Amino acid sequence: MAVFDSFIELSKGLGETLRSFLFEKTVTYQYPEVKREVRPRFRGRHVLKRYDNGLEKCIGCSLCAAACPADAIFVEASENTDEKRFSPGERYASTYEINMLRCIYCGFCEDACPTEAIVLGDNYELSFTDRKSAIYPKEMLIEPVRTVEMITPQKVEPGVFKRSVPEMKDPTD
Amino acid sequence: MSKQVSVTIDGITVSVPDGITVADAAKMAGIDIPVFCHHPKLEPVGMCRMCLVEVGRPMLDRATGQVVLENGQPKIQFMPKLETACTNRVSEGMVVMTISDKAKAGQKGTVELLLTSHPLDCPVCDKGGECPLQNLTMAHGPGKSRFNYDEKMHLEKMIPLGELMWLDRERCIQCARCIRFQDEVAGEAVLGFDERGRSTQIISISDPGFDSVFSGNTSDICPVGALTTADFRFGARPWELKAEASICTQCPVGCNTTINTRREAKAGGDVVVKRIMPRQNEEVNEIWLCDKGRFGYHYTESKKRLTRPMIRKDDKLARASWDAATKLAAEKFSADKKNFVVLASGRLANEDLFNLKSLADHAGGTALLYSDMGGGELTQLVGVGAGTNIGNMGKGDAILVVASDLYEEAPIWWLRVKQAADRGATLIVANPRETKLDRFAKYAIRYSYGDEVKTINDLSKKSKISDEFAKARNAIVLFGSEGLSVNSSTAVASACASLLQETGHVGRANNGLIGVWQRANDQGAFEIGFQPEEDLEKALKGKSVYIVGADPVGDSPALAKALNSAKFVAVQEILETATTEIADVVFPAQAYTEREGTYVSGERRVQRFHAAVPATGDGKPDFAITSMVAKQMGIILEGSAASVVFDILSHSIDAFTELNYAKLAEFHGQWPIVGRGDLYYGGTTYENTQGLGVQLTPTAQTEGTVRIPKVRKEAVLRPREKDLLAVPVNKLYDLGVMIASTELLEQRIGQATFTLHSTTAKKLGVEAGQKLALSFDGGGGEAIVKIDDTISTGVVLVPRGMGLAIREPVVAHVQTRSAAGKVK
Repeated sequence: MAVFDSFIELSKGLGETLRSFLFEKTVTYQYPEVKREVRPRFRGRHVLKRYDNGLEKCIGCSLCAAACPADAIFVEASENTDEKRFSPGERYASTYEINMLRCIYCGFCEDACPTEAIVLGDNYELSFTDRKSAIYPKEMLIEPVRTVEMITPQKVEPGVFKRSVPEMKDPTD
Repeated sequence: MSKQVSVTIDGITVSVPDGITVADAAKMAGIDIPVFCHHPKLEPVGMCRMCLVEVGRPMLDRATGQVVLENGQPKIQFMPKLETACTNRVSEGMVVMTISDKAKAGQKGTVELLLTSHPLDCPVCDKGGECPLQNLTMAHGPGKSRFNYDEKMHLEKMIPLGELMWLDRERCIQCARCIRFQDEVAGEAVLGFDERGRSTQIISISDPGFDSVFSGNTSDICPVGALTTADFRFGARPWELKAEASICTQCPVGCNTTINTRREAKAGGDVVVKRIMPRQNEEVNEIWLCDKGRFGYHYTESKKRLTRPMIRKDDKLARASWDAATKLAAEKFSADKKNFVVLASGRLANEDLFNLKSLADHAGGTALLYSDMGGGELTQLVGVGAGTNIGNMGKGDAILVVASDLYEEAPIWWLRVKQAADRGATLIVANPRETKLDRFAKYAIRYSYGDEVKTINDLSKKSKISDEFAKARNAIVLFGSEGLSVNSSTAVASACASLLQETGHVGRANNGLIGVWQRANDQGAFEIGFQPEEDLEKALKGKSVYIVGADPVGDSPALAKALNSAKFVAVQEILETATTEIADVVFPAQAYTEREGTYVSGERRVQRFHAAVPATGDGKPDFAITSMVAKQMGIILEGSAASVVFDILSHSIDAFTELNYAKLAEFHGQWPIVGRGDLYYGGTTYENTQGLGVQLTPTAQTEGTVRIPKVRKEAVLRPREKDLLAVPVNKLYDLGVMIASTELLEQRIGQATFTLHSTTAKKLGVEAGQKLALSFDGGGGEAIVKIDDTISTGVVLVPRGMGLAIREPVVAHVQTRSAAGKVK
């Protein structure tokens, strides 16, 4: 009888497989061909944002580097001129590097940023073959421009972009 | 000690000196009253209203003048309104409340009002992170403003006050610390307020802008980020910087500094110096630093830095190994023992000079100091006594300045001497021309160039000036090298020493002789046994020369000729210079920022400096290179650690007995309190936690009376009618290797000038701004004519270190007169 019992158990199990195969929605994504959309609060690889006119939001204040608990960020600032303008105001980041091996994706840099320049995006596909290529420079982090005229540095009208930190209409925002 | 009074601050009763401000008294009691405009080094003005507190004084009976008692205690009468702690002086029985609701409300309101027009650009502000306004807003601010954000004043953000300082009008809170510093401390009123009310703004009222050598200090004491230096602007955030204690190498004052460093991508990932900040030492530089010290460090990171040892092969310098280079030098030096000359400058540390002197002694050679000024043996005899502090000198004291333009030669001494005069000290300035110090002098003595010794000897005779000098409680003499040669400056030193001894001003603190040397460690070189040479050409001709830290070829064509005919020239330098070009062997040395060591200041204070950045290339510290050369010659000298060399030095030289690195690193608390936790109070000057140094005791203090060596009087040069007497003067910003690499100072360095009396200029047919060509023994050249009617006729002032090759007074012949018109 023991042989018969085990046959019943086997068919029960296989039946469950057949039921889920026929009636349940597939959860498997065919990665990398198919990519699943990340959650709204997902914290992936950083992106340095731009304003609509193409100027960089980052002003090189180094507060992200100060807030970073893993010491993954390195910023070096230089002075803007109206002839060669990278960002509004007097200061821009001439060097901006994040060591992706050190980063723990905590998002403190986002919180510290006074201009909302650094944002943890949705890219989680980070792979490198050596430690040096784990350090992402500014060129890899910054958002691409939409048109050629928007490439920084830009030559702008003098005296327009004087403020580094944008004036917020509602300071509580 | 002044009278003490007891005051009660926040319930704590403390005893403080009478007459100090309530804010300072609270600070002494460990209570922080927030301040912006108040600075313990400046006179209080009460401009910012931040330090509002409740002040109560014992009530007096109008009829009897007695203190009214209530329950056996004095009745305290509080003022109906808040008072400023910075302008009120303490008095007996005073009661101060700094954290009462009323006081807190007042402070909160002040911050709120200050912020109504302060921009929120802390993220880009250089002061962000070490900003008093930031800190005090966090501690005392209201958190939320009742004012409309849109009504903030928007003013200009980038105004150059001069080429060294930038002003951000928006950030300024009109505390006037910068204006008051320039007026009261520096004595150069080059800043001022313009407009009034809410439109009040800082402006520079000098031409060129911010014409002061102390301008960088205003950025230290600015309580906001309104004043920033052109050098550090946007360079780094303060919290990213590492700090290392150092000593300024630009002049003999020996200002204590802090080197701020940071790793930088622009420099290829190297650790670089970002800024030099003053480090508090109330006996040396207080909390100040001159612009030359602050901005002149760029030579240490110049592109011309030597990185590898080199040997001359087929008339070209080729890279070599340390072993080969030291071996070659050692062979040549050993082969030519009697003619072996070490020529070192006061740019080197004591450890380097000690090893060089030992090498010269063991090898049977001579050790010469590369300087145009002598008299170091006299400052060892009757130098200032241990414990000297010019900051303590005042009424009843006297300071004599001879043959030196302190403003150009040692700005921080100028500032401290000026302040001593402000406090009531009798300042006597003896100089052939008017200098900036004359304004503060009680007596200005004018003499002709060449009459220096006679002038000082005259001070021993009876006169009003000599009486006042002799009767002074304490007296210091500072002597320089203006218009003097090695021998004549030694004669001047000797005359000054005799004067001090005769009047009993030796062997005590705040008494004695100070040499205004040309380089930072000349005094140390004298202590170790180096001597300058009047006839350097003769001393170098045909010899095997080991030149360390000096550029004789670049300085003088005559010395270049002498060295070209030398048998062998080994040069140990940090930079490529004209001298390294003619060298047979070149050793790359480390700059003072890359190694440790000690210097002796003009006041004979031994002070330590530390390594802040890694070495450039294969460079080694000077003492180590010397020890390598010595080893190849069969002489064993210590070369592994500076501290060990110093230990040997202190065992060999009497003046340094019982000194070691640990002793030099000792420190104690100083007033005013400055530093990291107290940024708002004393500015961003660094507190001293790495050593105040030790002042050496002069022979006169240990042995009483000393015999002062008499120096043979020099014959005074009297040129013929047609010729001029060219006399060397010293200039702060010159073309020396330690300053020329700083691009920022280019304008201040300017062009070489010949200064003439207007009559002489007329006779020669030249006007101010025109070019004049002169030739004199050993040098000459073309320079722009400047007129100064305070010098005598027939004399031309030639600046040292400006490419005109003047070491001593010489007869100058006029070559051509260019009528090319005004040169800008």
